[in-house]
Amino acid sequence: MADYPTKLADLPKEERSVSSGHRLCTGCAAGTIARLVGKAVPDKPLMWVNATCCMEVATTIYPFAAWHVPWIHCAFENAAATASGVRSGLDMLMKKGRIPQRDIEVIAIGGDGGTYDIGIQAISGAIERGHDFVYICYDNEAYMNTGIQRSGATMHAAWTTTSPAGEAIPGKQEFKKPLLRIVAAHGLEYCATASCSYPLDFVRKVKRAVDVKGPAFVHIIQPCLRGWRFGTEMSFQVARLAVESRFFPLYEVYWGHKFVLNYPNPILTKVDVEDYLKLQGRLRHLFKPERKQEILDVIQAHVDKEWDKLLELAEFSERSATY
Amino acid sequence: MAKAKVLGMMGDFAVAEAAKLCNPDVIAAYPITPQTIIVERLAEFVADGELDCDYICVESEHSAMSACFGASAAGARVYTATASQGLALMIEIVYITASARFPVVMTIANRALSGPINIHCDHSDAMLARDSGWIQLFAEDCQEAYDSTIQAFRIAEDKQVSLPVINCLDGFVLSHSIEPVEILEPTEEETLDGFLPIRDPLYKLDVDAPIAQGLLALPEFYMEIKRGQQEAHLRSLDVIKEVIQDFGDRWGRYWPVVEPYQMDDAEVAVVTIGSSTGTGRAAVDELRAEGKKVGLVKLRCFRPFPVKDIQAALKNAGAVGVCDRAVSFGSTGPAYADTAGAMVGRSGPLIKNFIIGLGGKDITIDTFRAMYDNLYADLAKGEVEEPVEWIGIRGE
Ligand SMILES: Cc1ncc(C[n+]2csc(CCOP(=O)(O)OP(=O)(O)O)c2C)c(N)n1
Ligand code: SF4
Ligand SMILES: [Mg+2]
Repeated sequence: MADYPTKLADLPKEERSVSSGHRLCTGCAAGTIARLVGKAVPDKPLMWVNATCCMEVATTIYPFAAWHVPWIHCAFENAAATASGVRSGLDMLMKKGRIPQRDIEVIAIGGDGGTYDIGIQAISGAIERGHDFVYICYDNEAYMNTGIQRSGATMHAAWTTTSPAGEAIPGKQEFKKPLLRIVAAHGLEYCATASCSYPLDFVRKVKRAVDVKGPAFVHIIQPCLRGWRFGTEMSFQVARLAVESRFFPLYEVYWGHKFVLNYPNPILTKVDVEDYLKLQGRLRHLFKPERKQEILDVIQAHVDKEWDKLLELAEFSERSATY
Repeated sequence: MAKAKVLGMMGDFAVAEAAKLCNPDVIAAYPITPQTIIVERLAEFVADGELDCDYICVESEHSAMSACFGASAAGARVYTATASQGLALMIEIVYITASARFPVVMTIANRALSGPINIHCDHSDAMLARDSGWIQLFAEDCQEAYDSTIQAFRIAEDKQVSLPVINCLDGFVLSHSIEPVEILEPTEEETLDGFLPIRDPLYKLDVDAPIAQGLLALPEFYMEIKRGQQEAHLRSLDVIKEVIQDFGDRWGRYWPVVEPYQMDDAEVAVVTIGSSTGTGRAAVDELRAEGKKVGLVKLRCFRPFPVKDIQAALKNAGAVGVCDRAVSFGSTGPAYADTAGAMVGRSGPLIKNFIIGLGGKDITIDTFRAMYDNLYADLAKGEVEEPVEWIGIRGE
C-alpha cells in the first residue's frame, strides 16, 4: 500500500506541474488542481496531455509555456486518444531500448466539455483499450474558455450563455450527467471524484490513480468564478460547499462496482444545497427578483436522490463480500 | 545491396508488406473499405509476432490520428491508413499533425466521399487533405504503392522535413488488384540496409528535457509559424527527390515527382494522377501508332506541388488537359488549378480541365481518346472554349 501524505506540509514544496506566470483568472481553482496533481506524485516523471480548455489556453500562449513537465496539446475532444498514442509510443520505444527505461506517468486532462460531451467517445475507447494513463476531468460545469456555454455537466437551472435564465425557460433544463458512474461502468480499476477543498483526499486519489497499471480516472469539481459569478477569494469555499451539501460527494469506485464514500460524512448534519447555490451568481434568478421555491425543491430532490443512490451503492459494496 | 523477389499481390497487401518492412513502433487505425485489408494484414503481422509494434485498435479515425499524433510526439515511428469518410472524420487532427511537424505515414486507399455514399475510387478524399500540410504522393500501380510506402517514412522523418506523408493508392483499381510486386529483402532489416535509419526525432516529449508543444498562437505569431510550416513543406521537395534518387540507385526503380511520357514532341497532352496513368500511357501508344503526337505527364507528388517540374514538362505542348478525379464545387478540379497556376505568366500551352472517374466511373482508353480529341479541337481553334469538361457523363 502506498504512503499517502497525512498533512499538507508533507506535500513537496517545489512546483511539479504548472508554474506561476500562467494567465488563468485570479483565484481560479484550475491552477490549484494542476499544481496538486503535480504534487501528488513527487516520485514519478509526468507527461501531460491537455485538451483544449481554459487550462490549456491560459498556460501556453506562444512563446511562453507555464509547465515544468513535458506538455502537449492537440485538440478539444481527443486528450484521451492522444494520451493513448503517447503511452504507446513511450512503451514501444522503451521496449526497443531506444529511450531509457523509466516509470513515466501519462496524465490526460480536459474540462467538462472535453470530457462529458465532445470527448466522451475517445475517453471510453481509451479506457476500454486499457492504456496505462490517468484521465483527469476538471469540471467547472460549462465551456468556460469559449465564454460560459452549457455542457452536459452544467447543473439544472444554471444560467449559461446558451442556457440563459429567461422568462420562459429559467436556465438549463437538464440535469448533470452522472459522469463517474458512466466511467465506472467500464469496470476500470479505479475512478474517483475529488475537490481541491479536500486537498489530502485529492492528493491521495491522484496518487492512487497513478499507481494503477491501466486506465484510471479522477473527476474534480472546479468552481469557476467567471462562469459561476462569485468573488476571486471564494473558489475554495464554493468547492467545499459543493461537497458538504452533497451536491458533489467525494467517492471512489474500485473495479467499477465497489463504491466507497469519502465526504461528506453521512452522519453529519445535512447542509442544504441552497447554501451552496446562493453563493453563485449563475443561480441568482432562483432567489431574485423573487424566490423560485419550486426550482429549489427540484434541485434539492435531485441531490437527495443521487445521494441516496450513492449511499445504497456504497452500502451494497460493503455488504457484498470479497474485495 | 538488397535482393528482391517478385510476388503477385493486391495493392493493399503490398502496402501492408512495405509498412511492415519499415518497422513502425505504433499503428493506430480504424477499418474502412477499400483500405481495411491493409490494417487487417498489419494486425496479423503483429499477432503472429512478425512485427514488433503496438497496434492500437482505436474507436474511430479521429482517435486514430490523435493517437498517431501522440505517438509521433513521443518519438515513435507511426503508421496508419484510411479512406474517404475515415479521412473526413480525422481531418481536424490531420491538419494539427502537420502543423506540429510530426512525421506520420498514412496510406489513403482513395475512395469517393459521401454523399451519395460510394466505396469506389476517386480522389475527393485525398483532396480534402490537400491544404492540410501533409506531403501527398499518388501511386500509379501496386509496385509504386509499395515503394512509396518505404520512401514515405524516410521523407517524413528526415529532419529537414519532419512532416507527415500521405501515400495514395486508388481504391479497388489498385488496392484490390493483384499485380506483380518486387519485394525488398534487405540483409539488415532494422534500417533496410541504411536506407531508413531509426527515427531520430527533431524534438519529442522527454521527461529529462521538457518542452511544451501545441501552444496557442495569437496574431503576433500565428502567421510567422505558418510561414515556417510553408517553408519546411516547400523545402521537402528537394529531400523527396534525394530519396527517390537513393531508392532508385539501390533498387532500380525511380519514381520521379513528375514523369513525362512521350512529351518531347507532343502537340496535346494530359496530366494524370494515380492509376489512370497506366491507361493513359496505353492510349498514348495507340494514338501514336495512328500518327497522333500525343503525350502524358504523370503527377506523382501532389504536395508539395512541383511547380518547376510541371513547367518543364508542359512548356512545349500545344494544349494540355489536366485530369482531376475530384472537383472543388463551384470551381474546377484541384490539380488543374495548381497546374494552371504554375503556368501563369509564361508562354506555354492552352490549359483546360477534365473531370473524370468520380465515384469509380471507369476510365478507359476511350476516355483518353475523348480528351485528346477535345484538346486537338481547342488547339485547332487556338483557344479553350470550355475550361472545365466532365468526361463520360451519361447522355452527354
Ligand atoms: C472541435 C471543437 N469544437 C469547438 C471548439 C471550441 N472550444 C474550445 S474549448 C471549448 C470549451 C471548453 O470547455 P471545457 O472542456 O469545459 O473546458 P473549460 O474551458 O471550461 O475549462 C470549446 C467549445 C474547439 N476548440 N474544437
Ligand atoms: S474562466 Fe473560470 S475556469 Fe477559466 S480561468 Fe477563469 S476562473 Fe478559471
Ligand atoms: Mg468547463
